[in-house]
Amino acid sequence: MAVLQQQTVDLLKTSEKELAARWITDLEASGSTRNLKADEIKQQTTEFLRLLTSVLSEGGAQTIMAAEWEEVRQFLEKLSHQRALAGQDSQQTAGFIFSLKGPLFAFLQTEYADQPVVLAEQLWELSQLLDALGMHTIRTYQKSREAVIKRQQEELLELSTPVVKLWDGVLALPMIGTLDSQRTQVVMESLLQRIVDTGSEIAIIDITGVPTVDTLVAQHLLKTVTAIRLMGADCIISGVRPQIAQTIVHLGLDLQGVVTKANLADALALALRRLGLTVAKAAV
Amino acid sequence: MERIPILQMGDYLLVTIQVDMHDQLALTLQDDLSERISKMSARGVLIDISALDMVDSFIGRMIGMISGLSRIMDAETVLVGMQPAVAITLVELGMTLPGVSTALNVERGMALLRERAHVQ
Repeated sequence: MAVLQQQTVDLLKTSEKELAARWITDLEASGSTRNLKADEIKQQTTEFLRLLTSVLSEGGAQTIMAAEWEEVRQFLEKLSHQRALAGQDSQQTAGFIFSLKGPLFAFLQTEYADQPVVLAEQLWELSQLLDALGMHTIRTYQKSREAVIKRQQEELLELSTPVVKLWDGVLALPMIGTLDSQRTQVVMESLLQRIVDTGSEIAIIDITGVPTVDTLVAQHLLKTVTAIRLMGADCIISGVRPQIAQTIVHLGLDLQGVVTKANLADALALALRRLGLTVAKAAV
Repeated sequence: MERIPILQMGDYLLVTIQVDMHDQLALTLQDDLSERISKMSARGVLIDISALDMVDSFIGRMIGMISGLSRIMDAETVLVGMQPAVAITLVELGMTLPGVSTALNVERGMALLRERAHVQ
C-alpha cells in the first residue's frame, strides 16, 4: 500500500483555509447543510480539517481504526450522533465527508499537474481514507438512529400496557396492538405486580384492540392466565370479537379453563357477581 | 437439622416457607407434613410461599407434590402468596400446578379453606 507523500500533507496544511471554504460551498450545493447553522458548519469543517492534517502530518496509521485516529473518530461519532438526533438523513450525514473529495482532488490536481502517476497514487490514497471515514460516520449514524428507535419502542411498550382498576378488587388490562413474546412478558409482569400491590382477586384482560389471534397469541394469553391463577387470583378474558372467536375455533385452540366474555361490560358484571356485589338503579 | 415449622391452627395446618428452599428441605417438609396430617387428621393445609422469591423446577414439582399428597390424605390444600416472579418462572417452566388451589394471601386462603370445609 502506497503512503501519502509529505508533499500532499503539506499541501493540505497550507491550503486548509481555502479548502474549508470550497468544502462549505460544495456542502451547500449538495444540500447537506439544510437545517444546520452556517457557523456550526464552518466550525465543524475547520475542526475536521485540523484533526485530519494533524494526524496525517504525524504519519498517520494505515487504518482509521488505529489509535492515532481516535480523535478523528470521536469527532465524527459526535457529529453523526448530533445529526441523527437532529433528524438529518443518512445521505446528508455521509455527504459531510464525501463532499470534501471534490475540492481536495482539485487541489491535488493542480499540485501534481506534471506527475500523473503520483497524482493517481495520492488520489487513491486519500479517496480510500475519506471513504473509510465516511463509512465510519454512517455506521455511527446508524447506531444512533437505532438507539433512538429502541428507546421509542421501549417507551411504547410501557405506554401500551396500562393496568386499570375498575372496582375494588377488580383490575382490567386493555390490550391494544399485536401481542408478541416481549409484550406479553411486560404485560404479565405489570399485571401480576399490580395484583400483588392491590390485592385484587379478579383481573380482566380485554383483547378488543388485538387485531388477530393466532396460536402464538393464544399461547401467550394462556400463560398469563395460568400465572394469574397461580398467584391466587381469577382471570377473565373479554372483548372476543366474532372473527376472533371464529379464528380460535378454526385453529382448534384449547381455551378450556379460561373464562371468556364478549365484552368488557359482561366481564365486569361477572366480576361483581363473584365479589357478591349487585348494581341496582337508585330509587327515585 | 434445618426444618420448616408446621403450625397448627384448629383443624388446619399452616406452613410458612420463609427461607430459601433447597432440595433436602423440601423433601423433609414433605415427610413432616404427611406425618402431621395423618397424626391430627387435619382438614386443611395452608402453604404460604410469599417469602419465596426463587424457584427451580425441582422446588416447583415439590410444591405440586406436597399439595397433591395433602389432598390424597383428605386435607384441602391452598397455596398462598406466590410472588409474580415465581408465577412467571413456573409458567415458563411449564409447571401450571393443575388441581392446586391458590389464594392471594393467608387471610383469603383461610377463608377458602373454611368455605370448602363447610361444603363437605
